[in-house]
Amino acid sequence: MSDSLSIQNLHASVDGNEILKGLSLEIPKGEVHAIMGPNGSGKSTLSKVLAGHEDYEVTEGTALMDGEDLLALEIDERSRAGFFLAFQYPHEIPGVSNANFLRAALQARLPKGEEIDAVGFYKEMYEKMDALSMDRKFTGRFVNDGFSGGEKKRNEILQMMMLEPKYAVLDETDSGLDIDALKIVAEGVNRMRSPERGFLVITHYQRLLDYIVPDVVHVMFDGQIVKTGDKSLALELEEKGYDWVTEELAVSA
Amino acid sequence: MSTTLSKAESETKPEQAVPWFAAPPVHDIALDLPTWYTEHQSESWDRFLDLPDPVRKDENWRFADLRKVRFSELVAARPVDNVETLVQRAKKERVEHFAAHYVFANNRLVYSEVADLPDGAVCLPINEALVQHGDLVKEHFMKEGETLGGEKFSALHGAATLSGLFIQVPRGCVIEKPVLIHHFSGGDFQAVFPHTLITANENAQVSVMEFFESVGDSEQNLVIGQVDLVADQGGNIQYVSLQDLSDLGPKHVQINSSRAGRDAKIKSAFVNLGASWVRNESINRMQGTGSDCQIYSANLANGSQEYDQRTLQSHEAQHTTSDLLFKNALYDDARTIFSGLIQVQPGSHYTDSYQTCRNLLGSETAEANAMPGLEIDADQVKCSHGSTSGQISDEEIFYLQARGIPAEDARKMISLGFMNESISQLTGDEIKAHLFDRVARKFRGLDQ
Repeated sequence: MSDSLSIQNLHASVDGNEILKGLSLEIPKGEVHAIMGPNGSGKSTLSKVLAGHEDYEVTEGTALMDGEDLLALEIDERSRAGFFLAFQYPHEIPGVSNANFLRAALQARLPKGEEIDAVGFYKEMYEKMDALSMDRKFTGRFVNDGFSGGEKKRNEILQMMMLEPKYAVLDETDSGLDIDALKIVAEGVNRMRSPERGFLVITHYQRLLDYIVPDVVHVMFDGQIVKTGDKSLALELEEKGYDWVTEELAVSA
Repeated sequence: MSTTLSKAESETKPEQAVPWFAAPPVHDIALDLPTWYTEHQSESWDRFLDLPDPVRKDENWRFADLRKVRFSELVAARPVDNVETLVQRAKKERVEHFAAHYVFANNRLVYSEVADLPDGAVCLPINEALVQHGDLVKEHFMKEGETLGGEKFSALHGAATLSGLFIQVPRGCVIEKPVLIHHFSGGDFQAVFPHTLITANENAQVSVMEFFESVGDSEQNLVIGQVDLVADQGGNIQYVSLQDLSDLGPKHVQINSSRAGRDAKIKSAFVNLGASWVRNESINRMQGTGSDCQIYSANLANGSQEYDQRTLQSHEAQHTTSDLLFKNALYDDARTIFSGLIQVQPGSHYTDSYQTCRNLLGSETAEANAMPGLEIDADQVKCSHGSTSGQISDEEIFYLQARGIPAEDARKMISLGFMNESISQLTGDEIKAHLFDRVARKFRGLDQ
């Protein structure tokens, strides 16, 4: 239990509307889990609740990261403890260069008084940018400012590669990407796969899972996980559509 | 030279029987001033006396707090006694690589260092330039004529100025490193009149950075500066003003003009951190086909500071471009006023002109006023103008926090980035880094 991201009976609301309705999910280290589901099923809400967005109120349930109570931590503490969210819509931070942003994020992980090694930092960043086919000019450009959709998503993956989280949630990282960009992003994620790291890939489309092959696929509907299977479940969903799940649910109810 | 008594002062301050102007600030340095110059001085003085004080009814002074300006209080600036300390400060607060560095204290040149000036470039204190190159100075000296409301200040400046720098870069000459000018000022009600006249001839290039600093911590002094930038065909000028006077007393008026000839580029910037009251005016004339003016500003106002900025982008030829980006970050009870006008003159087709003022409100009581304007009298024109005011969005802070950066650091990073958006448009890594550090230093002292 302790070597996993373990979510039990999670209920969360925004403005009094309950979106997550008792969601349970366990991602052991070393595994890639995918969540698929129709629009409005609460996929993005789950990612924001885990990251600690203040608009969402957790009313019941737990989320433990390697046994540590994730929900008790501040947003930035969660990140420093090893949680990472790749945003569906990454924010633009005009005037703050990508390099300074990454540096500040890494600096925040060091003990007070300790300074980041600038030479090593740039070397590492350049290596990882090369792996993502990102031009060096992105170090000096302002965070996501004027980036195309694909550039923004690659930048999210770059941040993940630099911060080396224990658990990463990718929120619809594939949306808006053409196939080339998708392959590059998937390659970045695959390079990060390790027995020491767990992934939760949230997506609307099966296509991404051709490139990031999941160990487990969950189907989410109306704030809960309603079906779990292996990667063939994603193909079945693609073929039959989300109506298939909802109809099946209606029958079993 | 005129010795006319100040009407206002002779009435309201009888104890000052000799008006401050009767003794020109640096008359002891310049020996043999050209007649045209002394005539210009006395004409300016008469104009100053004739002009009414600014009133808020005047559109050019809308929203301004005019109680902050009292001409009748002013006295001539006296020499300062801690010159050596000031020179050390100036040397500490400069960019590392420069072509030349001049330090003025209360109108008097107290230090100069020429490091790397190409042959042919004239770079002299204005009083020396008037004696040695009178005709060169005369050609462009205070030739703008128009102001954006600051006529009376400009007239006073014309009557009194005899300090500052004259730079003339001849055809094809490039001054690669920036020329630095420090102006220290202080002493209650003492007025200084720094003048900067930069001309770049055909394909010449120069970058100038001017620093305005206080001698002491809290003095009620006044700086009235005028900067004229003239670029001939293909000329390239960058001018940066960093105003970091004490924020408790001093007032700072700066009236800029830019005139760009064919294919010339002029970039100018105001960075305001200090002073209790600031009035910046910037007139930009794109006079030659293909000319370009860029105007940037980054202002960090807190306490009860008031920064009042008025701009004009006047497109007077075809295929001209201009860009303006002003950023204000306001805290406590600070006020800012931005009034900008883009004018596309008749026949100035194919103009591209942009004007943006953005305000970041860091407190409930700060007040940002913005009055963007546009007048187009030509075809095939691309223009946009706009202003926004707002607070740092929670979503931006969330994004930074989600990467492990604590909320307070995130807030400072975003605010600094907001200012940097404007600073980063300038040319020269050392200049940008210096401005960034100075802004960051003031941010560190603020409770956000």
